[in-house]
Amino acid sequence: MLFQDVVFWLLTVVAVGSALGVVLIRDLFRAALLLVAVFVAVGGYFVLLNAEFLAVVQVLIYAGAISVLIIFAVMLTRDVQQGNPPNRLQIPAVALAALLLAALVTVAVDTQWSFLPEGERQSVELVQTAAVSDISPETLEQAGAAGESAAQGVGLADLLIGRFVLPFEAVSVLLLAALIGALALVRPRPAPQDARASGAESASESAGAGAAGSEAD
Amino acid sequence: MFLDDYFRQYGLVAIFCVVAVAVPVSMMLMSWGMSRVGLRPRAPSAVKAETYECGMEAIGGKWNLFNFRYYMFAILFVIFDVEVIFLYPWATKFLSLELFALIEMAVFVGILLIGWAYAWRKRDLEWG
Amino acid sequence: MVDLVWFQLLSAALFVIGLYGVLARRSAVLILMSIELMLNAVNINLIAAAAHMEGFGSFSRFDGQLIAIFIITVAAAEVGLALAIVLRMYRNRSTVNVDEIDLMKW
Repeated sequence: MLFQDVVFWLLTVVAVGSALGVVLIRDLFRAALLLVAVFVAVGGYFVLLNAEFLAVVQVLIYAGAISVLIIFAVMLTRDVQQGNPPNRLQIPAVALAALLLAALVTVAVDTQWSFLPEGERQSVELVQTAAVSDISPETLEQAGAAGESAAQGVGLADLLIGRFVLPFEAVSVLLLAALIGALALVRPRPAPQDARASGAESASESAGAGAAGSEAD
Repeated sequence: MFLDDYFRQYGLVAIFCVVAVAVPVSMMLMSWGMSRVGLRPRAPSAVKAETYECGMEAIGGKWNLFNFRYYMFAILFVIFDVEVIFLYPWATKFLSLELFALIEMAVFVGILLIGWAYAWRKRDLEWG
Repeated sequence: MVDLVWFQLLSAALFVIGLYGVLARRSAVLILMSIELMLNAVNINLIAAAAHMEGFGSFSRFDGQLIAIFIITVAAAEVGLALAIVLRMYRNRSTVNVDEIDLMKW
């Protein structure tokens, strides 16, 4: 138990400290790097919770891909020097956040969270260990019925193709929409003669795009 | 208790992290210590302060605006990176899944390929 | 395993920090980063509950994990599209300060 507790608190220091840094630090670029630290720490929690695949996904998608997008966005918008100014809602925001924290802490502490009796808890833990590490079949046998029902459980792929097949296909449509939408939004205006034809508003737009293009080289 | 034994294997990862941090930090500390003792010469020059030792010379400041096209490649990367996390669990259990799974995955990849074809058609994959 | 309540308190803390970032900062990019913090907090909560409820009824930890994977996917799509909108906004108005984006306000 001790080992897991130590790791949990170490990760908590990193995660909460970096998260506070993300919202409080002046420099947007440093905030983005601290956000990566939060992502990696959250991946550590997933390992602690027996979700190794989720930990890999967390590092691959959040720390690898989403952070790249965010850092690009920070570099592409020139507000980096302006930093990260607070707006006028400072006091209401702190008050609302504190209220929500108080409510969440009260609910989390007040609720009875143990779903299983202690004996079954042990056997389930045994099965969870067996999923990731070598445990002899005899020990597993002693775990009993609760452990067995957990062991019979299906894997991610079975759920993905079985019960969650509709969300799974919907996800591909969502990704397609996001891809096409983002490409269409970011694509620079191609032809300057379009701008001359269609009036002042788009002319100023293409001037902005031209400036962005020339600055890139 | 069993889980604790399992997590103890991650001690190797912890040792790896400690070594990975210790090696560069100790190198910098050694360099700093030698310069204090007088073993390390100190002769700064403009060439040494260049950003890159070879290749093109760096022009402009740190924050010159990048081309928006970088973002288009980044978004393509992210979308197909996300596709991988769905392919992986499917691939590990491929042999025990039925034909239905193959068809579903073909539909999934097919829908995403539309996006790729769109990017190709609109010349978003070309530079310039 | 560490008790579920600790994970929930941690998740609450991260969520509240993200909420503060969304409400009190001006840069649109930072607001998106704060939303990512909140989504991560929700993910921790889901995975922790899934791991602790395994063996309860027909529940396996993969149910919670799969929902978390969907959340991560939606987050990737959301952040990609939202940052594209922010870049577009920056190109048209030369700012990502949400206080200055007030064309639709009256």
